[in-house]
Amino acid sequence: MQRPSPVPPSRKPLSSPALVSSNAQLAPDPDGGLAGPSMDRLDQLEAQSIYIFREAFARLKKLALLWSLGKDSNVMIWLARKAFFGRVPFPALHVDTGKKFPEMYAFRDHYGKEWELDLRIEPCPPIDAVDPTLPPAARSAARKTEGLKMALAKYGFDGLIAGIRRDEEATRAKERVFSPRGLEGGWDVRDQPPEFWDHFNASPPPGAHLRIHPILHWTEADIWAYTQRENIPIIPLYLAKDGKRYRSLGDADITFPVESNAASIAEILVELAETKVPERSGRALDHETEDAFERLRVAGYL
Amino acid sequence: MNMIVANRPVAPAATSSRPLVRIVIVGHVDHGKSTLIGRLLHETGSLPDGKFETLKAVSERRGMPFEWSFLLDSLQTERDQGITIDTTQIGFRTPHRDVVLIDAPGHAEFLRNMITGAAQADAALLLIDAFEGVRDQTRRHGYLLHLLGVKQVAVIVNKMDRVGFDRQRFQAISDEISAHLTGLGVTPTAIIPISAREGDGVGAASKRLGWHDGPTVIGAIDQFEPARALEQLPLRLPVQAIYKFDDRRIVAGRIESGHLTSGDEIVIMPAGKIAKIRSVESWPATSLRERHHAGHAVGITLDRELFLERGDIIGHTNSAPRATKRLRARIFWLHDEPLTAGSAILVRLGTKESRATVAAIDKAVDPGELSNAASAAIARNHVGEIDIALAQPVAVDIHTDNPHTGRLVIEVNGRIAGGGLVIGIDAAQRATPIDIVPMESALQPEERAARYHHRGAVLWFTGLPGAGKSTLARALERRLFQSGGSPVLLDGDTLRAGLNGDLGFSAKDRSENIRRLAEVAVHLARNGHIAIVAAVSPSTEDRAAARRIAGDLFREIYIATPAEVCESRDPKGHYAKARAGNLSGFTGIGNDYEAPHASELTIDTSHRAIAEATGDITRMLSRTGVLLDTVADLAAS
Repeated sequence: MQRPSPVPPSRKPLSSPALVSSNAQLAPDPDGGLAGPSMDRLDQLEAQSIYIFREAFARLKKLALLWSLGKDSNVMIWLARKAFFGRVPFPALHVDTGKKFPEMYAFRDHYGKEWELDLRIEPCPPIDAVDPTLPPAARSAARKTEGLKMALAKYGFDGLIAGIRRDEEATRAKERVFSPRGLEGGWDVRDQPPEFWDHFNASPPPGAHLRIHPILHWTEADIWAYTQRENIPIIPLYLAKDGKRYRSLGDADITFPVESNAASIAEILVELAETKVPERSGRALDHETEDAFERLRVAGYL
Repeated sequence: MNMIVANRPVAPAATSSRPLVRIVIVGHVDHGKSTLIGRLLHETGSLPDGKFETLKAVSERRGMPFEWSFLLDSLQTERDQGITIDTTQIGFRTPHRDVVLIDAPGHAEFLRNMITGAAQADAALLLIDAFEGVRDQTRRHGYLLHLLGVKQVAVIVNKMDRVGFDRQRFQAISDEISAHLTGLGVTPTAIIPISAREGDGVGAASKRLGWHDGPTVIGAIDQFEPARALEQLPLRLPVQAIYKFDDRRIVAGRIESGHLTSGDEIVIMPAGKIAKIRSVESWPATSLRERHHAGHAVGITLDRELFLERGDIIGHTNSAPRATKRLRARIFWLHDEPLTAGSAILVRLGTKESRATVAAIDKAVDPGELSNAASAAIARNHVGEIDIALAQPVAVDIHTDNPHTGRLVIEVNGRIAGGGLVIGIDAAQRATPIDIVPMESALQPEERAARYHHRGAVLWFTGLPGAGKSTLARALERRLFQSGGSPVLLDGDTLRAGLNGDLGFSAKDRSENIRRLAEVAVHLARNGHIAIVAAVSPSTEDRAAARRIAGDLFREIYIATPAEVCESRDPKGHYAKARAGNLSGFTGIGNDYEAPHASELTIDTSHRAIAEATGDITRMLSRTGVLLDTVADLAAS
């Protein structure tokens, strides 16, 4: 699908007035793409991510992209379309807890069509099916892990593309770009294979799968700066309303807004340059016990 | 516990004007890496509000004195063991740089993680404990920085408080590490005495280190430069994939060096095919850029339909990479099983992968040890130089010509097991074989295999004169022929009568003799025949050269008949002549035969009848995929 112009028509009336395209008042790349020899930071990040996408597509047989509808996974879809010249040549998997914000579902239904995604919506099992020793919010989040395992069993994917970043959370900082998962979907942080010079370990043992992390090297600020530059649509919950906004989106019952007056991406970027509050501070599951998040990840959470 | 250090996000306005450097921090375990990182975050004001106080409170609750390293002990598993097990990345800012600090583990057990971290870095801080001095892991990490291509290294001599800030102690360590690094071709950008725990020399100059006139750690970081994209070098575009999503046939890849523009005349290596770039494609709209430079991920279309595939490298016609099946590389090894000559490996060069055999190993050492006792195999965490025989031709550069297309990784069982730099490309390979157009056979290998019931191979019989090479070779030839195969005997002496008539018995002539034998044999093998070479071939190096030429078609059969049995047989009377002093340059009665260690098969004919030995050989050929089932059954009956 070829866009008619590099600047998409923003804020056109959509099925939901809540869906906005980011920051159209910003002029396109002032030098019109006539970049000199040196690439800026966003160019470098983009090129690296495209390289990772193409490696995954070349080396794995059955890929899917985990589309959580958040700012990071929307950037991922954008990068995939750049890598593959306008299309996403593998399914976009939304593991649906059924508890997302209404704005997120509206976004999914609209852009799943507009971006011509091969969208697969997979449900999660009820809370009773999940490890009862986990604290309440983590237990709720673990439903997603179970839903993911069911989707894996159903489709037999050997590679799942996930939009985690090193700067989000301490355990994610240790991830590889191509990260093997055991038969149970578990992550063994003690036995990660070496990964260097953009050579990736792409041969999971039979029955296991790989997580592929194309934006592992991006920061929260990079995501917003790129969203702004490329005019990628976002869910409006990220922008401040009545002194609060969401920095990170998860299930509606375990995700909380942060104090903020940033009502545009430009203002978010200014806010991020000053804040010392962590990105996931509004995600209850991260804070219940010291090791709850790591336990989730070892069990296969993103 | 949440992210414990500020990932101080950087506003885009600031990023464009401030260089971003990625710095790895390496050194022996317990020399104070985590402490230095904690201190750096504190001194640069990068810690979240209240974090320092919180950690102090946690330490008191646990009844432990506060340590700066607690800042990094973010994983439960890590706290339990008290050492860094994998690389962690932390962002912070110094006065003149945005920094991504990569904390690599110092424990020898986790060298693969140190390499994973260090390979991403533009620069390194190599940490040494002033009290303990230079240790094996210090040397090992220094060596690996050199192999990984990290050229900017600042040495930090930590824990100066434990040696009373003694200048002589600092000088001694400084001299020792300078000598080591300089020997590797790395010149330290600075050598800095500090106490990370007390704060001396990290952010501000310290009175207790008043005798030091160099920079502080933060000062040294401010002088590191980001790695440059390789725009000045010739074009190298390794092909990642060919996409046909619509009517365009797009060749996709990332430009590793140089630049390209539509209209450029290009050559696709290793095949040497020539084409022109018709267009450079991108999405959402095809770019207006005139030139695409190193670092860009691009997609191009060509002006003609050519067969090309993932792993090919596109260059400009006057500066193409070389094509070869034989390489020499300096490598580090991370796998549990040592790498030995004859090992079957998978080599990755950029996007190319090829099966390969290790033809020879040299200079295998532990870079952590001072003594340079070389061994025959490269053990885990050791380094060495290897000759690689690739199953397919590849496009490649020497690493000093192009750091990106001059490096490779080695995979064993689907897992990255080592990596290194290309230091040599077989001299027999031509730089750009575009003037010579080899004519390919009209027949497919499968057609020949269907007729002969075997694939092509080079069977190399080596052993002392009189060992039984020719006898066995002839018996095998007869047996293969009777079962419908196509064996061809290449006897060293017979070929000396014609093709090799210009050669004598000097070491140089013997090497050339072997090279020609191998080239003729591999030509036959590629055309589906089984070339049976019977040649004393006493030199390990010459046989390794033959293996390189024949690649995975090569099967070495060592006829290990004891020397005294050979001499008693003396079928050509050579031993007698040599004993009488009438035959110079004769292999057999001296110790000049170098026995192979990694032959596909070893046979001692003093214990084995001809029919039994021939059976041993056909079984080996079946096992290694040369004989297809039917012919093996026939031959065995």
